[in-house]
Amino acid sequence: MTRTVTEIAAGVRSGELKAVDVLEQHLAAIDAREGDVHAFNLVLADQAREAAAAVDAAVAAGNDPGPLAGVPVALKDNMCTRGVPTTCSSKILAGWKPPYDGTVVAKLAAAGAVTVGKTNLDEFAMGSSTENSAFGPTRNPLDTTRVPGGSSGGSAAAVAAGFAALSFGSDTGGSIRQPAALCGVVGVKPTYGRVSRFGLVAFASSLDQIGPFTHTVADAALALQVVSGVDTHDSTTIPEPVPDLSAALGRGVAGLRVGRITDLPAGADPDVQERLDAAFAALAAAGATIVDVTVPAFTYGLTAYYLIAPAEASSNLARYDGVRYGLRVAGPDADSMFAATRTAGFGDEVKRRILLGTYALSAGYYDAYYGKALKIRRLMADDFAKAYASCDVMLTPASPSVAFEVGAKAADPLAMYLCDTYTIPANLTGDPAMSVPFGTGAGGLPVGVQVLAPALGEPVMLQVAAELERSVA
Amino acid sequence: MTAAWTHDGYELVVGLEVHVELATRTKLFSASPNRFGDEPNTNIDPVTLGLPGALPVLNRHAVELAMRIGLALNCTVQRCTFARKNYFYPDMPKAYQVSQYDQPLNVDGYLDLPDGSRVGIERAHMEEDAGKSVHVGGSEGRVAGADETLIDLNRAGVPLVEIVSRPDISSPDQARAYVTELRSILLAIGASDAKMEEGSMRVDANVSVRKPGAPLGTRCEIKNVNSVRSVGRAIEYEARRQIDMIEAGEAVQQQTRHWSDADGRTHTLRTKEDADDYRYFLEPDLVPLDPAAEWVESVRAALPPLPAARRAALAAAAGLTADAEPVAVLVERGQDGYALAVAEAGGDLGRAIVHVQQAFAEAGEAPAVSPADLAKLTALETGGQLTATQAKTVVGVLLERGGGDAGAIAAELGFEAVESGELEALVDAAIAAEPDAWAKFQAGEGKAMGALVGYVMKASKGQADGKQVTAILNARRS
Amino acid sequence: MSPRLTTDDVAHVARLARLNLAPDELDRATAQLTGMLEHFADIDALDLSAVEPMTQPYPLVNVMRDDVPGDVLDRDEVLAAAPDADLAGGRFRVPPIGTPQ
Repeated sequence: MTRTVTEIAAGVRSGELKAVDVLEQHLAAIDAREGDVHAFNLVLADQAREAAAAVDAAVAAGNDPGPLAGVPVALKDNMCTRGVPTTCSSKILAGWKPPYDGTVVAKLAAAGAVTVGKTNLDEFAMGSSTENSAFGPTRNPLDTTRVPGGSSGGSAAAVAAGFAALSFGSDTGGSIRQPAALCGVVGVKPTYGRVSRFGLVAFASSLDQIGPFTHTVADAALALQVVSGVDTHDSTTIPEPVPDLSAALGRGVAGLRVGRITDLPAGADPDVQERLDAAFAALAAAGATIVDVTVPAFTYGLTAYYLIAPAEASSNLARYDGVRYGLRVAGPDADSMFAATRTAGFGDEVKRRILLGTYALSAGYYDAYYGKALKIRRLMADDFAKAYASCDVMLTPASPSVAFEVGAKAADPLAMYLCDTYTIPANLTGDPAMSVPFGTGAGGLPVGVQVLAPALGEPVMLQVAAELERSVA
Repeated sequence: MTAAWTHDGYELVVGLEVHVELATRTKLFSASPNRFGDEPNTNIDPVTLGLPGALPVLNRHAVELAMRIGLALNCTVQRCTFARKNYFYPDMPKAYQVSQYDQPLNVDGYLDLPDGSRVGIERAHMEEDAGKSVHVGGSEGRVAGADETLIDLNRAGVPLVEIVSRPDISSPDQARAYVTELRSILLAIGASDAKMEEGSMRVDANVSVRKPGAPLGTRCEIKNVNSVRSVGRAIEYEARRQIDMIEAGEAVQQQTRHWSDADGRTHTLRTKEDADDYRYFLEPDLVPLDPAAEWVESVRAALPPLPAARRAALAAAAGLTADAEPVAVLVERGQDGYALAVAEAGGDLGRAIVHVQQAFAEAGEAPAVSPADLAKLTALETGGQLTATQAKTVVGVLLERGGGDAGAIAAELGFEAVESGELEALVDAAIAAEPDAWAKFQAGEGKAMGALVGYVMKASKGQADGKQVTAILNARRS
Repeated sequence: MSPRLTTDDVAHVARLARLNLAPDELDRATAQLTGMLEHFADIDALDLSAVEPMTQPYPLVNVMRDDVPGDVLDRDEVLAAAPDADLAGGRFRVPPIGTPQ
């Protein structure tokens, strides 16, 4: 049986459940299906057993292990875990063991969570299907001929398949929300700066955020509560105290205004559109007011993103030069060694984005590309701010389609980029956004509805998501 | 003003970029220690190493020291941002340097030099230092023919301020004066220990030449200038090299050149065609720095008196000009306060300055000889009880002993003042004893005075004041 | 925007990024990047002259830390994890920087 994070933590803390038992159930699920799904780059069975035993011992000694006591958690393999390989699903970091824990990783351990493994991703978080992993793709647990989405496909699949009750991924252009939608789980990208990026291997620094995958909205609120907050190691974290993110979950949506973006870019499949319409209807029936809004800049989000993100990535990935850690391929001189190492170590999509990003920043082209993209970003933020003057949240599809077949988009990078059409703007503005499962579409595959809220609007976002969850239960 | 520099009718245009390591306990963006001379790679953390997932956090004290530098150089302190300067090099852990580009912390200042000239300061911005590469194998330890390169990242991330002057410098001497004065300021404000020999102050010179009135010539950047003396030598060499090229009909190539103290020449460094595309963009892992007006004012108010102001003060008190050599020497040594204290204690400032300049080179900023002791010595001089020569000797004893009573020491040495009446009598005797010398002296031969003064000195066993004797002779001649 | 992107442009960019591209890879990358830039040309229609660039999602300023030393990494562990190091001398080792002209 799939227990929720809330149930496990409460049960373990009270002594009713043993963390080791909970863990074994999840390890058994991994044994049964990981071969087909390939959610993990590394399963940490022994380490997890030790951690679970320690949690049980703490409870037995009358101590409180924390709000995530005994919860089996999977971590995207771009989150630094001390002494445990963190590969970003890239050959260039194969086997690399960080000498430090990222802040979120440390917080999860302090909360009593039990790490079961490091999950697969598109290499360096660049992709929307987890097919760009150097260690083989992850399959959608609901239909293994299909992708789980990306780039956090492994984390989404791990929760969907019952390998972990909770997982974490990272979202730069939709890499939590899109796989959450494709795998039928909840996935949240917090407000930029709400969760520390210290220890998250950077893809695009001004866009990246860590967030949870869960089965329920309540679980997501709990998980976010644990990992949110200002961090002295990350200058971009928000000093504002974190409110009680679960407080509004049961309030319903009476009196809330829900925005429908009338000039949303086309491209959503009919089954996805039908689910979105149903979501609006459900909220209206529950007492929300549906308000038409426009976000004229929405349609330019893809362009702005695919200039800003690769530009920042081209700089963030320059450190992989074979000097201090990771792969080195020999060369007669330093520059040759850099080039040989990076050429052998990076996959095609990563190289493509590095080239694009380097070009966008290069002398003579900065204004035309990167400079313009930053202005689009401003327009996007302004349009969103205007929209939120007349609504509390907005709804869009999370993904234009249900899970597609492995290989279906791999040959056309641009086609793959379009998967991010609806998720990108929230990364550009820095506002929070989440995907909540809302029924099924073609072939019985899950559809996710995206709830968007203003900066630091996690409480109202979760509140609306909880209502959607109730309405489709 | 220092002498204008020309050669073959060309004038010199120089701008200096000086990198200064700040005297903080930790690095600019990480809490690793900032220390020189430690075992390699012992002052490193994930941020210094550029590990995946590491993030920078700005050091407040580094900002304070950077502001001190800007304010001491008369800059405007402004809201500023950080930028990434992207390039690959083995001692660059992130393959980018976090620096300041569009909006630096300090802009539009100036530095007044002892000779009265003013050099504009375009900007003084913050940035992080790189690690150190040691080339092993090959000749001279330079890059050519090296077998391998060894990297130490202790220095990586150390806070730097880069001070960029306007191209207002027009002679090697002025360049040296600029560097010397800048160093004095940095030491006075406690921003850096500014040791060129340890690399905590590094000077790059941008040098070009032109005929007066012509547009600016092509400039070359000269690196590896490791002492004040080299600053002058390198600029002088480079200027002549460029002039020779132009005179021979060749165009000066814009390039970076490396100064070699050993052979006294600049040499081309390897030029990569892509070397200069740094693809600057705003550093997304940092937020803007907008120092509050109160903070800036408190830093300004806490600045100690700077060398220029101290020279002015000492000069005014002593009736000298600010560019007089004794004034410059005392302020550079930090002994101006001491000299003024001697005057405060009742001594004669002029005599004190002379003695301090001549004899106190090793005595430090707070000499062991108390101001009161030196004051007493100068009083004996001005009161006529000691000649200048005698006083010099007493000063020597005071320094040896770390102080003492000047009068008692004089007596110990058997010094007695020769009264002026006695002097007149001795001069009479000299004239009587050296009639030929006297005749020649009267006729205008100044050198003939020597014999007469010599007689008086001998007769007084060296205790006559030579100056007074000369004065008497001159008075009698006319 | 979208000046014709040539293989020389891409070769130059690859060199800046320290990536080796074989001739067929270079052609393919040029075609792909050209296609992308053509797609991105939609923003050329916008008048952005009066728009300020947005450089950070959340308006923070003056985030600083005290000048207090923190934990350092163990040098032996760090060098052991390095691809090549002079363990005795305590330094990372790389091939020489390159031959000057």
